[in-house]
Amino acid sequence: MNSGPPMLKVRSINAFYGENQALYGVSFDIGEGHIRTLLGANGAGKTTVLRALCGMVRTNGEIRFDDKAIAGWATEDIVRLGIAHVPEGRGTFLRVTVEENLQLGAMTRRDKTEIAADIERVYAHFPRLKERRRQQAGTLSGGEQQMLAVGRALMLRPRLMLLDEPSFGLAPLIVEELFDILREVNRETGVAMLVVEQNAALALELAEHAYLLETGHIVMDAPAAVIGADEGVRRAYLGY
Amino acid sequence: MELLLQQVMAGLATGAIYACMALAVVMIYQAIDHLNFAQGEMAMFSTFIAWQLIQWGVPYWGAFVAVVAVSFVGGIAIERILFRPIHNAPVLTQLVAFIALFGILNSSAGEIWNFTIKEFPTPFGRGPLFGGHLISTHDAGMIGVTLLILILLYLFFRGSRLGLAMRAAAANPASARLVGIRVGWMIALGWGMSASIGAVAGMLIAPVVFLEPNMMLGVLLYGFAGAVLGGLSSPGGAVLGGFAVGVIENLAGTFIPYFGRELKLTIALIMIVAVLLVRPSGLFGRSVVSRV
Repeated sequence: MNSGPPMLKVRSINAFYGENQALYGVSFDIGEGHIRTLLGANGAGKTTVLRALCGMVRTNGEIRFDDKAIAGWATEDIVRLGIAHVPEGRGTFLRVTVEENLQLGAMTRRDKTEIAADIERVYAHFPRLKERRRQQAGTLSGGEQQMLAVGRALMLRPRLMLLDEPSFGLAPLIVEELFDILREVNRETGVAMLVVEQNAALALELAEHAYLLETGHIVMDAPAAVIGADEGVRRAYLGY
Repeated sequence: MELLLQQVMAGLATGAIYACMALAVVMIYQAIDHLNFAQGEMAMFSTFIAWQLIQWGVPYWGAFVAVVAVSFVGGIAIERILFRPIHNAPVLTQLVAFIALFGILNSSAGEIWNFTIKEFPTPFGRGPLFGGHLISTHDAGMIGVTLLILILLYLFFRGSRLGLAMRAAAANPASARLVGIRVGWMIALGWGMSASIGAVAGMLIAPVVFLEPNMMLGVLLYGFAGAVLGGLSSPGGAVLGGFAVGVIENLAGTFIPYFGRELKLTIALIMIVAVLLVRPSGLFGRSVVSRV
């Protein structure tokens, strides 16, 4: 690993919805190519962390990407740095086709032939999307839409992917397939990932490092194996 | 029978203009969820600029192209200066801004060019088309130009990346930002295109209704009726609605004795109310279900 500053550096950020504070002094780093996960109960502030990174919620504190201070930037400018956010609810453009969704993912790029090649690469990961390329995205099943959301994020050629509950609402088999693909993509492209998950067991298998969030505070910050072995975490989040 | 056909054709011709106005209204409605009450005044102002250019000796098509371009820039400027700063403001604030824009454009046109009726030239001539009695060359020109605009818009929105980005920004602004689309500029672009389409409508209808600051009042009302009939969420539907309103207006004005020329405008209002009562999303629109 390089010895410079980490790709993403977050220092004591607070986030607010109107008058309500949702995050309190959250700090963490993500290095190039790392997979990290944010665990926590409903309402702990996991989604808010992702939204804060993308400028989608009022935030103060320090957020640095490639040593650029991006707190307060507009969402679309942050995305253009190579941060792809797969939001809760997947953010699919329902009224356009599958392929147009993928093209939208590459909206910030100009290299036409490379975009076409990347679309084929996404289809190689998700053959079912290729079968449905001309269908309106709204006609896809939940699992297919999640794959489309991941595919669309990949079209940005991101350096960091933010995934919000990728397993939500999916059948167990589909979830396994999806997480295998995420691992594969990480290995092939070296994209870093921050994964928010309710399914803690699954997330701890994917990530090498985990953060535990409780009511807006990071209460644990440790390698996935350590967090997975922790008695309290096991009882509260892993259910055994 | 010939009278009926003639009236249908004449209705299609004015309907083409209503279709343009409906389309202009829908483009802005899709982007910001508000009806632009000043759409007609914007078109009227553009038409006055065209008239002025022609008075100064610019040839018709030169003035036409220049005004489409100026209107495009003007539409963007209106969005950036007036509506961008208040885009999160409550509905009534925005409504007042539309009324203000209406008043500003209407009175400035009156101040600059005064309220006397002016003749506006047509590039198509006023004779019958191909020597028949069905339709005049100007009416045919109105229909032709409208269809051309439609085809160009269709190609733009279906076939270009920018068109795709504009559709995405209108349908799902939050997701559009997450793929790096500058949603604010897409909205401004929508305003620009809408202003240009309105300008074309104004320049085409001016030879029929004559140029004066209030000339678009009735036209916009029919445009609204067309947009509501076809569905505010459907550009294609709005265009069909515009044509339909034109035909219905003409037939009712001719064949229902009581309406005559004087009560024709009531038809637009009746249609708006009827559609809103029976099918609020319009013939081709989608009803929006939102969770609260």
